[in-house]
Amino acid sequence: MLEIQGVTRVFPARRGMFGQGAEVRALTDVTLSIREGESFGLVGESGSGKTTLTRQILRLDTPTSGIIRFEGKDMATLSPAALRALRAQIQIVFQDPYASLNPRMSVHDIVTEPMLIHRDLLGLNRRQRTDRATELLDLVGLGPQHLYRYPHEFSGGQRQRICIARALAPGPRLILLDEPTSALDVSVQAQVLNLLIDLQKRLNLTYFFISHDLGVIRYICDRVALIYRGEIVEKGDTRSVFDAPQSDYARELLAAMPEVRVPD
Amino acid sequence: MTSPLLEIRNLHLSMTSFEGSAHVLAGIDLTVNRREIWGLVGETGCGKSLTGLSVSRLVPSPPAQYLDGAICLDGTDVLALSDREMQALRGKRIGMIFQDPTTNLNPAFRIGTQLIDVALAAAVRDPAVLDLGPKAGRGERHRAARALAIRMLEEVGIPNAAARVDDYPHQFSGGMRQRVLIAMALIGRPNLLIADEPTTALDVSVQAQILKLLKQMVVDHDMGVVLITHNLGVVAQTCSHVAVMYAGTIVESGPVRAVLDRPTHPYTKALLDAIPARNVQRGALRGLPGSVPNLITPPPGCRFAQRCPLAQPSCTQKPPHKVAVEAGHMVACPVATQALENANA
Amino acid sequence: MTDIATTPAVARTARSEAMRRALFRFRQSKLSIVGAVMVFLVLFFTAFGGLLAPYPEHVAGGVDTANRFLAPSVGHPFGTNELGQDVLSLVMAGTTVSVAAGFAVVLIGTLIGTTVGAIAGFNGGWIDEVLMRLSDLMLTIPGLILAMAVAAALGPGFVNMILAISLSWWPGYARLVRGEVISAREEVYVSAARAIGASPARVLFRHILPNIVSPVIVKMSLDMGFAILTVAALGFIGIGVRPPTPEWGTLLSISRSYMPDFWWTAIFPGLAMFLAVFGFNLLGDGLRDVLDPRARR
Repeated sequence: MLEIQGVTRVFPARRGMFGQGAEVRALTDVTLSIREGESFGLVGESGSGKTTLTRQILRLDTPTSGIIRFEGKDMATLSPAALRALRAQIQIVFQDPYASLNPRMSVHDIVTEPMLIHRDLLGLNRRQRTDRATELLDLVGLGPQHLYRYPHEFSGGQRQRICIARALAPGPRLILLDEPTSALDVSVQAQVLNLLIDLQKRLNLTYFFISHDLGVIRYICDRVALIYRGEIVEKGDTRSVFDAPQSDYARELLAAMPEVRVPD
Repeated sequence: MTSPLLEIRNLHLSMTSFEGSAHVLAGIDLTVNRREIWGLVGETGCGKSLTGLSVSRLVPSPPAQYLDGAICLDGTDVLALSDREMQALRGKRIGMIFQDPTTNLNPAFRIGTQLIDVALAAAVRDPAVLDLGPKAGRGERHRAARALAIRMLEEVGIPNAAARVDDYPHQFSGGMRQRVLIAMALIGRPNLLIADEPTTALDVSVQAQILKLLKQMVVDHDMGVVLITHNLGVVAQTCSHVAVMYAGTIVESGPVRAVLDRPTHPYTKALLDAIPARNVQRGALRGLPGSVPNLITPPPGCRFAQRCPLAQPSCTQKPPHKVAVEAGHMVACPVATQALENANA
Repeated sequence: MTDIATTPAVARTARSEAMRRALFRFRQSKLSIVGAVMVFLVLFFTAFGGLLAPYPEHVAGGVDTANRFLAPSVGHPFGTNELGQDVLSLVMAGTTVSVAAGFAVVLIGTLIGTTVGAIAGFNGGWIDEVLMRLSDLMLTIPGLILAMAVAAALGPGFVNMILAISLSWWPGYARLVRGEVISAREEVYVSAARAIGASPARVLFRHILPNIVSPVIVKMSLDMGFAILTVAALGFIGIGVRPPTPEWGTLLSISRSYMPDFWWTAIFPGLAMFLAVFGFNLLGDGLRDVLDPRARR
């Protein structure tokens, strides 16, 4: 469904006040393919290039070299109109539910905005958009009474549900989840993870799940890739990567993972 | 029998905001001895940070107000001390480490300068820190402080410390900065270290190193530690004891393996069930429905009763008593402890 | 650590909740309340000063030479001036001109400044460079001198005066708005909007500008005082509003030749000006605490 082929992103050297800085290689020859209907996990620590990769997939940034194909179409060659249509197909949920909602917009406006932007694609009038927003809130476990509230009135978990509703609004097929539960408490995290699993089954979604939390990845993903300093160091089925890691980095990460129960 | 290093008894704290006065700590009891690492775990807003900050009296008052209780450090009640006496106690007796290693170092000064300042300040209160006589001159004191700074950096595992002591904070990575902050917290030879989410901002592999270092420091310096965290995995990895907090109360506490292997309080169980541990099948995690009670008008009985699967009508009457279910393992839930007793009988 | 204290109360609606919070924070400072009361009084006289004046004929330019330089009394609480006009009436009516002129200046400055700043901050690159150098250039010219130059070129008068001051007023807003836009552009919710396919115009007008309104309003309130002062200063040097239209600066300017003997002719317009400027400043500080608590101290 999504094919990332040999993607490299080099940020050119900045000429600062004190001479020239070095160029930054954020991604080096990243190749991944994500199948329809699966949950694909990407694990990496801070600065490993996870976020840069999501920006390439969303086309908020352009790779220095390499190709990204969505359903066989090279995203770089799409016309602006086709790219806009594509944006409805690929959605994202960010890490920080406090920062990713515009504080001046009501939940209604937040959730209907994608439908408004893609109205030529979805063909919904104002009334239908509101109805669909109510349905979406219901789908993520919020009620119609929340429709005209503002983000600051919600807890972190509820806000993340609003973010998920917004991502679902244009009817996407692929959702990028960029550390969606890192800012949440564990009991809330469990609820959000279960919600994501439930939505995936019901709506036949494909997930690209980014996290530094190996426990979460193990719980939710079918396949996983490990990224280290912009390079993919290991990929495979979640079970086999966790049970028999091949690379040194994977072994190191798994050893450092804080587990609650001591292995018997 | 000497008094314990830290003893918090029946601590009650209220915070006033425009919505009213919230009873944010309701009867905290905690005893920390030397060489113990106590994990203080709980979710956002449970009062774990406030408990930690209260020990060094860093909670601004107002809006905070201590209603009842005592915090004894080697037998002295810190809540009864004057500000000046408290100032002397901080740094020397209590070391503190906070979450974000980037904002707790001044970017404009060299690492060494900042460490030397702390060492000199500590030496004013206790000349033994620098290992010098009381008549040592300025230059001599400064040299000794610098040597101490380098020694501390070595101790926390900074390679090539003698050279790096003159670097600026931005030249250090996040993990290295947290090491520097640990060195800074330990320079005055405190007996008690309060670490508030010290590894939350760090990567997993760095986190493991820092926690290992913390454990080593406890042995080397004969300290007690209160480690505040939301991560039960970190507790399992690091702590000797754990206290689980919910809405301003400690619901369960005791030796770490006892609590984590034989959790008794329904909230502890719920927390453990929510962690995506090994062998949990997809979809099998259990979240905790409902939300934390409003602490401005807290429920009169058990604060967890509204969300508790075991709740009985009696639970909402009065706050639950703590009962020891095994040596040192305290549980504040009469229903669960009764059930356990019946099962054992 | 204060999460418990900020647990949202459930039943209230968003707006009334936000209002209650704002009022609570505003009331924390007694001085902001004083400022609000002063500003209310000033606005009241702006609207009704001319109508309520005890001697409306004096406001219109009528003279009463028989009663020149009367000291403050019950009939003339602020005394009378060199033409026998009631100073209280003139000061009350003068509020309208001074405050309206000040408000117009701030409003025009804000409109130009926000437009320039938003375009510069949102686009960046050479557009930013050109617009900001232009506004720096404007900042280097002292406002009063520019106003005198405009007055010299277009002739004195109310409208010209406002235009002249506004010309030197907008760069401050341009800089403020540009900075705010640049930092708002990096917010995650802006990335989120771009990711769902929002057009640049939508991002700017729906997601960025509404979130930078607060600092602009605060600056407007703080600036009102200075704008009133600048208007008065131009009146004082004689290139603003011309007599007989009463205006605080002009009143001060004429009466300064009769100091200190007939002090009331100068003190009362001066006091009115002082109160208006002080009131707007206190209100601005209070608003900053309410709308933009981070900027405090």
